[in-house]
Parts: sequence; structure tokens; C-alpha cells
Amino acid sequence: MKFGVISFPGSCDDSDALSACRRVGEAVQLWHADHDLAGVDAVVVPGGFSYGDYLRAGAIARFAPIMNEVIEFARAGGYVMGICNGFQVCCEAGLLPGALLTNVSRRFVFRQVRVRVLGEPTAFTGTLERGAELSIPVKHTTGRYFAPRATLARLHAAGQVVLSYAPGENPNGSLDDIAGVVNEAGNVFGLMPHPEHAVDELTGSTDGLSLFASLAAAAAA
Amino acid sequence: MKARVLVRPKAGILDPQGAAVERALPALGFEGVRDVRVGRLIELEVADPARLEEMCERLLANPLIEDYEVLLEGAGG
Amino acid sequence: MSAVGSIPGVEQAIALGLTEAEYELVVASLDGRAPNEVELAMFSLLWSEHCSYKHSKKLLRTLPSSGGRLVLGPGENAGAVDVGGGLAVAFKVESHNHPSAVEPFQGAATGVGGILRDIFAVGARPIAVLDSLRFGELDSERSRYLLEHAVAGIGHYGNSIGVPTVGGEVYFEAPYEHNCLINAMCVGLIETERLIRSAASGPGNLLVLFGASTGRDGIGGASVLASAELGEGDEAKRPSVQIGDPFAEKKLMLCSLDLLERGLLVALQDLGAAGLTSAAAEMASKGAVGVDIDVARVPLREEGMEPFEIMVSESQERMLCVIEPEALEAVLGVCEHWETAASVIGEVTASGLVRVLDSDTLVGEMPVAALVDDCPLYDLDPRAPLEPIYGAPQRVLDSSGEEDPGETLLALLRSPNIADRLPLFEQYDPVVQSRTVRRPGQSDAAVLALPARGQERPGIAVAIDGNGRRVAADPYRGTIEAVLECAANLACAGAEPLGLTNCLNFGNPEKPHIAWQLSESVRGLADACRAIGVPVVGGNVSLYNEGAEGPIYPTPVIGLVGELPDVRRAGALGFCSEGDRIALVGPFAPEIAGSELARLGGRELPGSLGELDIPRVLAAQRVVREGVRSGSLSSAHDIAEGGLAVALAECCLAGGLGAEIALDDTVKPLRALFGEGGGGFVVSGGEGALRALGGGGVSVRIVGSVSGERLTIWSGDARIELSLERMREAHGALRALFD
Repeated sequence: MKFGVISFPGSCDDSDALSACRRVGEAVQLWHADHDLAGVDAVVVPGGFSYGDYLRAGAIARFAPIMNEVIEFARAGGYVMGICNGFQVCCEAGLLPGALLTNVSRRFVFRQVRVRVLGEPTAFTGTLERGAELSIPVKHTTGRYFAPRATLARLHAAGQVVLSYAPGENPNGSLDDIAGVVNEAGNVFGLMPHPEHAVDELTGSTDGLSLFASLAAAAAA
Repeated sequence: MKARVLVRPKAGILDPQGAAVERALPALGFEGVRDVRVGRLIELEVADPARLEEMCERLLANPLIEDYEVLLEGAGG
Repeated sequence: MSAVGSIPGVEQAIALGLTEAEYELVVASLDGRAPNEVELAMFSLLWSEHCSYKHSKKLLRTLPSSGGRLVLGPGENAGAVDVGGGLAVAFKVESHNHPSAVEPFQGAATGVGGILRDIFAVGARPIAVLDSLRFGELDSERSRYLLEHAVAGIGHYGNSIGVPTVGGEVYFEAPYEHNCLINAMCVGLIETERLIRSAASGPGNLLVLFGASTGRDGIGGASVLASAELGEGDEAKRPSVQIGDPFAEKKLMLCSLDLLERGLLVALQDLGAAGLTSAAAEMASKGAVGVDIDVARVPLREEGMEPFEIMVSESQERMLCVIEPEALEAVLGVCEHWETAASVIGEVTASGLVRVLDSDTLVGEMPVAALVDDCPLYDLDPRAPLEPIYGAPQRVLDSSGEEDPGETLLALLRSPNIADRLPLFEQYDPVVQSRTVRRPGQSDAAVLALPARGQERPGIAVAIDGNGRRVAADPYRGTIEAVLECAANLACAGAEPLGLTNCLNFGNPEKPHIAWQLSESVRGLADACRAIGVPVVGGNVSLYNEGAEGPIYPTPVIGLVGELPDVRRAGALGFCSEGDRIALVGPFAPEIAGSELARLGGRELPGSLGELDIPRVLAAQRVVREGVRSGSLSSAHDIAEGGLAVALAECCLAGGLGAEIALDDTVKPLRALFGEGGGGFVVSGGEGALRALGGGGVSVRIVGSVSGERLTIWSGDARIELSLERMREAHGALRALFD
């Protein structure tokens, strides 16, 4: 099973995501200017500040050449996980509903937060129990999840909200404490917390590893 | 042609920057200020102003969360 | 050479910061010819305090700058030490005080950008940033403004570029009200054999400028700002603000590292203060060659720039390299891959001259040696002040602190100099790059893992420290204390120091009492470095931090890098195991004079500090370090601001556990609880492990146990009893600034 991790100019957590993926499978770097996905089974759109986050977080990266392939891959049912800036890119690209806004604090926030796994198992949470609580860091300025009320209701009803901040842990003012959502088909996942920074006891926790492991299992199936 | 695009948060969307400015102004003695919204101004020179709308929809603004307004130089804007 | 425009006279030279005597020396070095506009601009910058260190160089030469594990010493963009496994760690601390006082967000951001460039200019990949900040008291609106924007600026740059900010310190004292300090330190990792130097060589080789285009940013900036006092009404001297672009720097960094990895570079240099002027002259001087630069080939972002403006522009995110002509195509290809503009702007010559051309016209010609080596160095005229230099701090505490020691402890925990820094650290990314084993607040030093060597998991620990108030009281001993405290921080993480960098922030050295502070402090720094056995790998001096209101506290900021054999056993500061015994280790001789409590009480600075028994302090550091490394200690924390009671409270809060402590009554309670002085540690662990620490004659006093959810301390008749909750609330005082 092979992951592909995209590097845009300004990506910061691409190497971290690569090493996290390599704990559960193979992984290769995909360059923003490339036009093919090198036969990967799942794509990770990593965190960072693609194109400096200029204009709007994710707005320019969404038009990078590789994103045409990613969009096509996702439309065909391929697995895509967007982490932080990658979540923003996926929203801008229309792969995920909603948008990410500036934190209510207006500031960058780094914090180890507890997040809860919600709903039925998905390709990204398959190895986790419903209601499981994970300790994973967030680090962002633009992480406040927003979608119109009607969309939110639809997301909740369809079980597309798969990750929420535990009570009292919401670091950015996201509506309904939403930390991560999947698309309707369940093959694209966006989340603000950084699971790639929770894969080693030495540097924090290992709670993020299960998300990569779930994805590897789903993609290999 | 020179054009300006004003992008601002949609009505009803919490604008923490606007709120911060709104809190700061009275502290400096500027009373009677409300509904502050902080957006951004994009200045550009375009060959075909008819395509500005599309530029806004696709890149310059995110229509889900932002409103935009196009002002053309010499068009009374 | 042909005259271009009018020839400026001595008045312009003085306006640019040269003295009349220095102007005469410039003329002499040009064989009696008066410098033209380009030349005068270049001389005035390179002969400024900021670039020439003319008031500090003689002192700096007294610092130990060799030996130990040094692999790259002072004089390069950054120094480096060997950390084993074929790897070296490059590091340096630098100030950006003056630009930050003008515009704190951009000033702090470009300060981080500048120090990052220094690190990758030697070929190292930046792996950590730390910062050291000083502002006026927080009841000043300006101080709060500077704090908020400086912190945001540091975060903006470090977070965006993907280098973790792993540590730092901040203090608030009145003497910094008009001269804030923004010092940033960067640490980089490199294979030792790949370290690259900045000496240009090989006549005929090409000079390639790459990165951002050149504008009028910060013209006359750093050197003018950092080389004189600015008073009210000096607005005209303030240059345009340099704007940082971390996105451009990220590409520039990856591009530089890629060029180095492919072996395409002869030499590399970043453009900082005095821009192209300084970079070109330094590279030529180190390589004992000459350079020709054609300003017409420098990509500009503004129209109508004069040659002298191009030569002195401080536009950010630019690098200059020397390459062999055959490598040009490959170099341009790499730059294109990283979306980084690159232009050949000149070449290396054998002339020993810096020649500036504007297409076919020669617009400046100066001997390299005159620019770099002929700047006069000045002897200081140090004289100890007869009167105190600083007034008493503002009184905050009404009582002496004796009546209710519990309330006194809460007041100290609430003090901005002691309160939890988490609200600041939360604005920085400490984990990107996946190396951070100890984040801010987890240990006294940040710990970063190095690549595994088989089963071994080696790492480094880094810390930055300084205490201006205590240096103001006693520049010699205060500086020694600062170095030893920084080493103590490393010991608590389990690390042994390998190298030191420093930034000397002082007032106007032309005044005898400031010269005295500076020379005493450097004497202390040299003695302390020899005591802990580490070289100074490089650093920075920031002088003229004073105005009509007086000078800042003399503030040597110390950065240390140390090694630890096993990051799995990196030390932590918080109590972590109910029932563990707690010991006070080391020759701790607390005094109230010069302490944070004395400051809160509005007491004047003492005339001197108590003497430290350095060998005994080092012995204590050694046993703590060994205890952490062997895993026998559960926690270790050094006693600093606020004394023993604050150190105990910090251990409780970090671990979420209480403690019961009984101190003997040989020392007066107030001094025992809140007195300060170097050399003391609070450690926890099993009783046997703690007793074993005392084997080598190190003082170890078991004073209590980890227990419950309250901190209880008996000291003679005095008693403190506080819940974790109350201490946490007081300790969180800075949170309100960022709500």
C-alpha cells in the first residue's frame, strides 16, 4: 500500500507526514508541479503554509497542477486526507464541504487537544472505536470550521462529521466543535489536528497513528 | 483597465478582526462605531473587465464565506 | 576613476555616522581621494558600529573561541560544534532591537528571518528557533503593544517557514520601556563535512545574487539605527520598514540547501545589515580577493534606484554565492526549481578591490582591506559609576512579603517575569520537523532528537537565558550567573554544554559607565565559558540601547547547545510520581537583594551580588545531569527567579501534583523561600537515588515528598499552603493579555 504526500511551495509538514505514513506503509513525495500521482493508493495533502497562505489559506494551492490529478483521483473514489492546510486546500477545491476561517482569537494557536471520533467507522477511523478520544496537536491561524446551517445539518445527519474537539477543547471557534469531516462518499477526509505529529511517544503521543493505519487498511482492501 | 475588488466577510459570519477593531475604537475615544468588517482590497489591471466576475468567483473570493464588489476606474467607483 | 555626480564632503560623512577623523582615514585609504556618494555610503555602513564592532571587537577577542567540539568558530555566518555521528550543530543568536522598536511585528519577523539565513548560509538546515525578549513594565500600553506584535511576528515567520520555536524567555522591566530587546537564536543541523564558508575565491568565478528582488527597504537601516542613540524628533532617521516574506525565505532556504547538496557552490553568504555592501566586502576580505559588482544586473522592485541605494539596500530574503562559471547553468536550474530568481551580478577578481559598476561606468572603487580591516577600533574608557545608574523599580507589593508567605508566593507567580509563558508559546509551532522531545514548559531546556544511530537515540538540548537586573547589579557576577543558569537548564534536561553563543545588549559604550558594564560583563562571560569548558562559537553585539531616559539594563543573552546521549531519558521539570522524595541540591545561598521579590517591593538594586562557588555549582550540575541521564531522577528544575518556593510551585504545576516540604530554620524564612542566587536545584525521585547524589560532596538536602494536590511548605515558623488550582490561576496571569 503506497501513500503519496504532496509538497507545495510553503508546505511545512510534508516530511513529517511522509515519515508518519512510512510507519504503516510505503510513501512517496508528490511534487506540486507534477501531473501524475505515481500510482499511489492514497493521497495526503499536508499542513503548512502553501504559497505563503497568501490571498486565502489554500486558495492558490488548489490550482497547482497536481491538484487536477488529486481532484480526478478523489472523484473516482481514491482516498485523500487533507491535514490542516491540506483541509483548507480540499475545501477550496470543492472536495469537502465548508470553509476554514480565521480563529476567533485571531492568533496562531499550538495546543495538544483531545478530539473525539464520531459516527460510524470510515476509511480513516476504521480501526478506532466510536467515541474514542485522541490526544493530537493543533497548530493553525485559520482553523475555524464553517458551513451554512443547512449544510451542517446534512453533515451531521449523514455522519460526515467524524472528528470533534472534546468539550472545552475547541481551540478556534469551529461550529459545533467540528475538527474533521468527510465528503459524502466517505473517501475524502479533512481535519485540522495534525495526526502526523502524534505518531511517536518520544515527541508527544501515538494517538494519530491509528488514522494513518485505518487509511492504510482501507486503501489496501 | 484598472480595477479594484473589495472582498469582505459575508454578513452573519463572525469576523474576529472586525470585532477587535470595533472594540479598540471606543477605547481610543471614537464612540458610535458599529458593524465593523475587515476585508481586503485587490487592485489589478485587466485587459477584459468582463472576466472580473469569474476571477472573483474562482480565486479572488470564496463565495461561501465572502462577498465581493468590483469597482472599475472611471466607472464612478 | 570617473566622478559620478557631486562629491559629498565631510558634512555628509558625519551625517552618515562617521566621525571627522574616520572620514580622514577613508580619504587616506583612497590615496587622498575624497569618496564619491557610492563609496561614502559603503564606508559609512561598514565602518558603523553594527558592521565593524569598533567599540567591542577588542573585548570580544578576550573570549575563548576555540577548543572543545568547535568545528566552525566566530567570523563565519554562524559557529558550529560537533555532535557526533558525523553531524554538526550550527547556532547563533542575534538582535533585532532597533527595527523592532519601530515596527515590532516586522522587526521581530525579519529578526527571525535574518538569523535563519545565517544558519543556512553555513549550509545547515534550521531545526529550531528560540527567542529572548525584553519590554517595559506591562502597565505600559506601549509595552503590551510591542509584546503582542513581536510575539506575533516571531510566530508568523517561524511557523510559516516550518522551523519549530522551541524555547525562549521574556522579562518586563522599566529600563526596557523605550528600548525593547528582540533577540532570536537559530540552531541548524548539518553533516560536518558539508559546512560551507563565506570566503570568495577563484578570480573569474561568478557572483550570483538569488532570492527576492531589491528595493529601498531599510536603506541605512540596521547600521544607522544600531549605531547611535535615537531621540525624540529623529523620525527622519528612521528608515523604511523591512517587510519579511517567510514564503520567499522558505524557497530561498530549500534552494540554498539544494545548491550545497549538489556541490555547486564555492562560497555562500546571506545579505543582512548593509546588504550587498557587507556581503560582497566580507566575502572578498575572507578570501583575500577582489570583487566586481554591476548594479545594473541586480533585479529591482522599484524604479530609479541609485547605485548607492542598490549597494546598501536591506531588502530581505536574499543570498549571495560564488560559483564556478561552468556551474552556472546547473545553479540557475536549481533556482528555477525552487521558484527563486537568480542573477549573475559580478565576478571574483584578483584586484583586492571592491569595484562597483553601473553597466559600463565605474561608480565606486575601494580596497577591500580599507572597507573591512581599516576601520579604527576604539578602546573603551570603562569607569565604575559613582552613583547608581538605575532608579528603584516601581513598588507593586505593599507588604514586605513576610506576613503572609502564601500570598507572597501567589504575587510572585503572578509577576509577569515569572508567570506561565504558555500564552506566548502557544503562538509558536514547537513540533514541526518531528524532533522535539521536550517542548516549552516540559523541561528547563528544549530537547531535540538527532538521527538515531543504531539503537542509540542521541539528542541535543538548547536554552537561552539572561537576567539584566542582576547583571545591572553586578555585571561581572551577574554574567557568570547567567551562563551558569543556562548550563543548569541544560543539566536539568540531562545535557552537557558544547558551545555558547551570546548577544550583548548594552547602552552607549562611549559613556564610561556603560563601557564598564560591557567590559565587566565580557570578563564574566570569558571566565564562565572557561569554567564550563565551552567555546564561544559566535554572537552579536547590540549597543546604543539607550535614550534620554537612560540605558537599558546591561543584558548579555546567553544561548547554549548541549548534548545528551539518550533522549528517551531527557529530563522533565514537573513532579510526576506520588510519593517521590524531593531534594534541594547544590550550594544554594539565597539572598533577597536583587531578587524578583525585591523588585516587587520596589527595592533598589544591590551594589553587588553574592559570590558563587563555581566549582561547587558545577559539581551540583554534574550530579543532576548524571541523575537525569541514568533515569534515577523523576524530575529536575533549577532555582531561579522567585527562589525556592517558586521553583517548587513550578514543579507542582508542570506535573499536576502537590508537595509537602519542610525546610530547616537555619535561614530566615523569607530568604529561604524567595531569595535568589545560582547553584540550586529542586529534584525528585526515590530516597535512595536522591541520597546517592550526595556522594561526591555535593550538598543534597531531602526536604519533602510529592503528594496530593496542594503545595505545603514549612520554613521555620512560616507556612505556605496553597492548592494547585490557586497557584495555577495566579501563574496564568499573562493569559489575560491575549484574550
